[in-house]
Amino acid sequence: MKEIDITAVVENLQTVLDFVDEQLEAKDCPLKIKMQIDMAVEEIFVNISNYAYFPDVGPATVRVSISDQPPMVDITFIDNGVPYDPLKRADPDVSLPAEQRGIGGLGIFIVKKSMDDVKYEYRDGHNILTLKKGLE
Amino acid sequence: MTINKEAKGSKLTMAIEGRVDTTTAPELDNQLKESIEGVTDLILDFTKVEYVSSAGLRVLLSAQKTMNKQGQMKLIGVSDDIKEIFDITGFSEILSFE
Repeated sequence: MKEIDITAVVENLQTVLDFVDEQLEAKDCPLKIKMQIDMAVEEIFVNISNYAYFPDVGPATVRVSISDQPPMVDITFIDNGVPYDPLKRADPDVSLPAEQRGIGGLGIFIVKKSMDDVKYEYRDGHNILTLKKGLE
Repeated sequence: MTINKEAKGSKLTMAIEGRVDTTTAPELDNQLKESIEGVTDLILDFTKVEYVSSAGLRVLLSAQKTMNKQGQMKLIGVSDDIKEIFDITGFSEILSFE
């Protein structure tokens, strides 16, 4: 398990992605799965950056653990901002035509669809969100 | 992300290269807004796009809405991986591909 403590601001997104990608690349993660994971990491980290401590900024921890049998990654995001469960957000209606489409909720929807499992809990003053994805 | 623009009359081709994510999507949005006035055929060349996040989808939706009023917009060279994102989010029904 490895983790990074970082200020939750959008400017740190690339640092977080580099940190996650480094662990994935060490396990020869297929490109497509890496892209899906990057996308999910972006959505979650940007959400924390924009909303968790608004209008202030605060810290986040990103923890990556990779297991071998079967090859699987768990990525956990921890912040101590306002309690917020993104999974409670209603899924967008993806069948509407362009004129009637809004964009709200699309990010977390993509995360739910592309990860194998997404869990949220609020514990001891922390938002804890965990993504799980098989690596093959 | 880099963007190469080529205009011919009312036809505009924008070739996008790299990642369209939270940090780069605003730049694409600006370039589109600056360039699409009077354009009736907008081609977005996605051949060299590696990645599109929801911030990128937001920009594409906005461009599509504008082009629905004044002409048409097409995406070319979309990779299977990115097409899958469009499928999941229903964007495959909103956007046109070639």
